[in-house]
Amino acid sequence: MSGRRTADRARSHRGVGRERLPLPALLLAVVAAAFFALPFLGLLLRAPWGSLAEVLGRSSVRSALWLSIRTSVTAAAVAALFGVPLAWLLARIDFPGRGLVRALATLSMVLPPVVGGVALFASFGRRGVFGQYLDDWFGIRLPFTTTGVVVAQVFVAMPFLVLTVEAALRQIDHRVEDAARTLGAGRWYVFSRVTLPSIRPALFAGVVLAWARALGEFGATITFAGNFPGETQTLPLATYLTLETDPDEAIIIAMLLIAVSFVVLVGLRDRWLGGSRDVVA
Amino acid sequence: MRRSRWWRVAAGAVVAALPMAACGSDDDAGGEIVVFAAASLTEAFTDIADAFADAEPEAEVILNFAASSQLASQILEGAPADVYASANTRTMGRLVDAGATRGEPAVFAINRAVIVVESGNPLDITGLADLTEPDLVVVTCAPEVPCGSYASEVFERAGVDVRPDSLEANVKAVVTKVALGEADAGIAYATDVFAADGDVDGVAIPDDVNVVAEYPLAVTADAGAGADEFVDVVLGSTGRRILVDHGFEVP
Repeated sequence: MSGRRTADRARSHRGVGRERLPLPALLLAVVAAAFFALPFLGLLLRAPWGSLAEVLGRSSVRSALWLSIRTSVTAAAVAALFGVPLAWLLARIDFPGRGLVRALATLSMVLPPVVGGVALFASFGRRGVFGQYLDDWFGIRLPFTTTGVVVAQVFVAMPFLVLTVEAALRQIDHRVEDAARTLGAGRWYVFSRVTLPSIRPALFAGVVLAWARALGEFGATITFAGNFPGETQTLPLATYLTLETDPDEAIIIAMLLIAVSFVVLVGLRDRWLGGSRDVVA
Repeated sequence: MRRSRWWRVAAGAVVAALPMAACGSDDDAGGEIVVFAAASLTEAFTDIADAFADAEPEAEVILNFAASSQLASQILEGAPADVYASANTRTMGRLVDAGATRGEPAVFAINRAVIVVESGNPLDITGLADLTEPDLVVVTCAPEVPCGSYASEVFERAGVDVRPDSLEANVKAVVTKVALGEADAGIAYATDVFAADGDVDGVAIPDDVNVVAEYPLAVTADAGAGADEFVDVVLGSTGRRILVDHGFEVP
């Protein structure tokens, strides 16, 4: 609540003030908000609160939570490491086939995740186009491993980061970079000291989006990495399988997943929003 | 044994709605026969319904496939089924106990667990003991679904310590991973090997350690006359032949 007040104040400082939305738009906005809120409200009401402590205390649930946190944070970091240079390439360099590369980089967003998992098998599986060499030459196998979980998560999560960062790179003022260059700064210096800091809020937003997507990843993970407690069974997988036998328990595990994401998303909201305003301005 | 979850939900919703829409329009013996059958019976019962329709052009068979437990719950909540065919005796028992069936359920088909291996069995897997090899990638169903509890029961009875690399959400996922060559072996049902159509091979599990899934069917308490005729076809020579064609054993 206090966060919202701060944000409102910040907005009036900038002279945006309280705008009056046309009534139809306001109604639609309320419907949209309710549409997001109701499913969670339903879960809250259905949740068997009595068995909360017992379910959360189970070692299987705790290991799934820990695995989810570890893999999703790693996936977000890997997505940032490779995604930022890719976004920079797409935003700044005019090369033939750029549209094609951009489409490829975002394809996994629209691909049904299970299909994504099959595609990962075809490329990085034991019999995959590249996976067979990983196995023959280095003895590395990705399917059914924790690394495989991260690969699946990066595959579906990186587009969120690439799109966010690319949009920011297109919007920043090139003159600052040009000025740095005329003052003798090298390419790497400009990129790391001028470009990156000026897109920091968008970078931050992209990493958070990618992390959230990785945390909720289900289809590609269960297809490519399989499901084994402590190794590849993340929270979404644990929720799905528990649903087969014990829907009440599944709701509690789902709530745990929602709580983790919600705390992080709400906690980061101000910095995130504050940042995007700077980018737009 | 199960198709994808969404398929199941969507098919269940659509087919469950059909008989309701037609409810009360005709009640004569030559009318509709609504059959609720386990998902693993999809191919076999579709063929049996076709054969039935050829023999009885007056009747119309409406098939609804889903997990046996889901179907039992739907019938107990008033879904208008005439015939219920289950993949296990336990869910049938729920209907019998509730007085929702007419007459004794009859076991019409038997399915059993097998080891599925890659087509041609390149690693020459001959039995359960081979699955303990640490380098072998073995997948089974998760303990939460029936094929997973069958798998651990088989391992336990055979006294082998198998460490699966993955506990899959359904039996089709087990077969897919073996068919793709990503897993060396898995535990599935005999009928899955038939359905995979050459993509995987089956290695039999000895009877003394294997689990046998019995499929019972029954006519529901307020079924029309056509329901008994359909059950007769399933239990008769036509039904038996079709079931065997799809990898089932018949009693």
